[in-house]
Amino acid sequence: MLLAVLSGFLLAIAAPWLCPLFKDRVGWFMALLPASLFLYFASMLPEVAAHGPQVVEYSWFPALGITLNFLIDGLSLMFALLISGIGTFILIYAGGYLKGHPDLARFYVLILSFMASMMGLVLSENLITLFVFWELTSITSYLLIGFNHEDPAARRSALQGLFVTVAGGLALLAGLIMLGTVAGTYSLSEILNSGEALQDHGLFTAILLCILAGCFTKSAQVPLHFWLPNAMAAPTPVSAYLHSATMVKAGVYLLARLNPAFGEAELWTLMLCLFGGLTMFTGAFMALTHTGLKKMLAYSTIMALGTLVMLIGIGTPTAMIAFACFLFGHSLYKGALFMVAGILDHETGTKDVAAMGGLRGLMPYTAIFAAIAALSLAGLPPLFGFVAKELMLEAVLEAPLLQNLLLVLAVGAGVCVMVVAAVIAIKPFYGPLKPTPKDPHEAPPSMLAGPVVLATLSLLFGLLLFIPESLLIEPVVAAVYGEPVAVSLSLWHGINLPLMLSGLVLLLGIGVFLFWSRIQPQIAILREFLGRFGPEAGYFKIMEGLTKGATWQTSVLQNGKMGNYMIVLVLTTFMLTGYTLMERQGLRLWLDLGGSQVHEWMVAVLLVMAGGVASLTSSRLGAVASMGVLGFSVALVFILFSAPDLGITQVLVETLTVILLVLVLFRLPGFVRLSSTYERVRDAVVALFAGAVVTLLVLAVIEIQYFESISAFHIENSVTLGYGRNIVNVILVDFRALDTLGEIFVLALAAIGVYSMIKFRPEAKEKS
Amino acid sequence: MAYVVGALFAAAIYMMLRRSIVKLVIGLMLLTNAANLLVFVVAGMTRGAPPLIAEGASVPGALVADPLPQALILTAIVIAFGVLAFSVVLIHRAYEVVGTDDLDQMKDTDT
Amino acid sequence: MKSNTLILQTAAIYITPLQLLFSVFLLLRGHDEPGGGFIAGLMASSAFVLYMFSYGVTATRNLFKIVPVDMLALGLILGMISGLPAMFLGQPFLQAQWWDIPLLGDATLKLSTPLIFDIGVYLAVIGTTLMIVVALMESETDHPSGNGD
Repeated sequence: MLLAVLSGFLLAIAAPWLCPLFKDRVGWFMALLPASLFLYFASMLPEVAAHGPQVVEYSWFPALGITLNFLIDGLSLMFALLISGIGTFILIYAGGYLKGHPDLARFYVLILSFMASMMGLVLSENLITLFVFWELTSITSYLLIGFNHEDPAARRSALQGLFVTVAGGLALLAGLIMLGTVAGTYSLSEILNSGEALQDHGLFTAILLCILAGCFTKSAQVPLHFWLPNAMAAPTPVSAYLHSATMVKAGVYLLARLNPAFGEAELWTLMLCLFGGLTMFTGAFMALTHTGLKKMLAYSTIMALGTLVMLIGIGTPTAMIAFACFLFGHSLYKGALFMVAGILDHETGTKDVAAMGGLRGLMPYTAIFAAIAALSLAGLPPLFGFVAKELMLEAVLEAPLLQNLLLVLAVGAGVCVMVVAAVIAIKPFYGPLKPTPKDPHEAPPSMLAGPVVLATLSLLFGLLLFIPESLLIEPVVAAVYGEPVAVSLSLWHGINLPLMLSGLVLLLGIGVFLFWSRIQPQIAILREFLGRFGPEAGYFKIMEGLTKGATWQTSVLQNGKMGNYMIVLVLTTFMLTGYTLMERQGLRLWLDLGGSQVHEWMVAVLLVMAGGVASLTSSRLGAVASMGVLGFSVALVFILFSAPDLGITQVLVETLTVILLVLVLFRLPGFVRLSSTYERVRDAVVALFAGAVVTLLVLAVIEIQYFESISAFHIENSVTLGYGRNIVNVILVDFRALDTLGEIFVLALAAIGVYSMIKFRPEAKEKS
Repeated sequence: MAYVVGALFAAAIYMMLRRSIVKLVIGLMLLTNAANLLVFVVAGMTRGAPPLIAEGASVPGALVADPLPQALILTAIVIAFGVLAFSVVLIHRAYEVVGTDDLDQMKDTDT
Repeated sequence: MKSNTLILQTAAIYITPLQLLFSVFLLLRGHDEPGGGFIAGLMASSAFVLYMFSYGVTATRNLFKIVPVDMLALGLILGMISGLPAMFLGQPFLQAQWWDIPLLGDATLKLSTPLIFDIGVYLAVIGTTLMIVVALMESETDHPSGNGD
């Protein structure tokens, strides 16, 4: 199991070496991995269908309660199958699409890592692990969108996607941590069982909103949908895989996953229905405003994501069945359609659907399978998409909230999607042959494999509904709904309201399609309006503001004057210390001179004087000499107060220090008065303030002892355990030897640093 | 003694706020000494009772200076020496390359 | 930098070996009396520095059998090695081990990993100090003007 998740990463590491090895066939070879994963997960299906969810455990950070457990139930298995299954065809497809591309190896590294992350995401049983994989998908997605990194538009889109999803990810992390804290566990299966306790908690609304923010950004819900169409800057295999079939569904996955725990809450239903419904309609409508094939598909993906979110929100058993079917059906036909779009783009050299036509004769297979997939998208019988759409309409009719609004949105979206499907299936392939930048011919088998299989499956499952029914849909519904639901799918439900609605949609759709070429430019104007005032414009405003804010902040805080940094640091430190001190202890000023002797007084005075002279003198020699005096006075203090070792060390170090200073300082210029009097006074005040705080601190600390010193242990055990009578030394070389070891390494580093600075001068390099 | 430490800190920080890089180093040295003394003073000062154990005995006399801070300071002294050597040579190099010892002028030399 | 004072030179000849000897003494008795690796190392380095001041860098360099860098490295390695025996015995890294090796007569040699460790510290300190000072002194000879380049 662990291997199943991590194998993608392993193969990703090996990819750069495999690419030259297999040359053009590398796609086929790479596809072996997801294919075998697909079989592996498929083999688990009957067991999960029969026995329910299973957990595979590996411990990771046991101390933090973070485990690498995997949860296998209908939902995760369905996703795993989609990821591996579609992944197989994508890898094969990419081998043809990016044939001869210089960065093919990089592509495989990224897409395999993505696949593994996605796999980990859907299989994780632990919230933290899930989040780690979640972010991994964001990062790999970023790299894949920016795959053509020499194109500024691709880079910008990639960054945009990253910012939006990662900002959502941050919210999600906050939500998950709160969730984990409230539930007392990070384990998904345990959280799902504690739904009621969660909903009564005060933080519930905050948790819910945070998690929704994360899921909505990832799954491109209105108004944060704009990054997804822009992400189409990625190579088509990436768009087909990440931005329609898998990654964008991660948000949907998490929503579905948490539905058993959250589904009861009214806020959950409201938010999901509202945003899902709006997204569904916006996506479908925006698809009409474009003529670029990939953009159209991207917006129809947004439509699908909105539908899925809405269905989770509705939350009735029918809605759950509809969710499962729609999810499954959408992945099949959308994957196929994206690959078709890629084929068209690859063969004709244009993405604009209005510029293509009459390709049917040249590319018969592409045309047929594009038509099948598009029919499924449009939701026409006898394809699987039809079943999904019927169920969706049925679920909307059951919606507990906003029923009328959702119904209108659903029908509107249905009409738009119908038009989109018709445009994709008919425009490029029928009518008179139009000249295109490239000379089109039928795609190679590696590129056809995906659309053919996926489209065929759409058809097959539509006709033979009993295959997905019990194996796939039922476990998914059980996982999302929280308890098992009997599922029976059929193409023909008799004449009922959903069917009539479908008919209405069909008629309207055909009507709109006939006038499409006339309507399209009209609504495209709307796009321009949205571009100026829509959410994307808001995103750019925010980014601009951020940059400006950062510039301003840098120029204020990082102005390059060492003195300012120091003052800020010193003041902050000592003000905080001083404040705490006053708050906790109050002022303690006392001067206990009892028992101090004359020579001790002298040392103290000497210290203060040396310090004063060192800081005020205007000659370098004076400063160095007073430093020497200071050092030796400190040594005296050590010796007077029972620290012979320290005394000796201090004396020796001081000697060496003075030598060092003499050697170096006198190659530097003498002291010049650089600061103005104002600055001096200011600095003096700051310094005196710091000194005063330290004094108070010392006075306070001497009097109070919060913790029992651990010295007692050292003192008692020095002879018995350490066999030494010099306790200081025993501590150094025995009790705390690791620290000392670290210390001599630091010394060694300092020495090497000094040595290299002196020996390796840039001039010497120039000479040699 | 607390007042002495305070005074040393004040002197050290004053020096570190100066613009001359040489004074910065002197300030650094003052600060190390002050910090060492701080730890030493805070740990309590005992006269004439070094943390040594008489031959044959297994525990020292009743009252003995705290050995732990002493060990810490010993380490600190030597480390401070290393750091000092490093920083002194560093500023020397910086001076050679940049040609000024004024910190405010150095800010423009980032390239 | 080389001083040509006769007094210093004469004194250095006698003081340097004495200081070195004393440093070894400090090192070995460090566990029981004031002393130890740090102090001994500093003592030994100041011995060399004294010699350097009186006879110059080149003469001092010739005095060493090994280069300071190697001394430093040797010290670090010794420090690490002293931690290993405990690991072989299944105890935490650097846990002290003691062996009493009987010598002729009554005396026993108290050999221990802390002693090895202390010697490591000793060597590392000498190596560090000498590396820095030698490098500085040599650069002094390279750039007698002292005003940088």
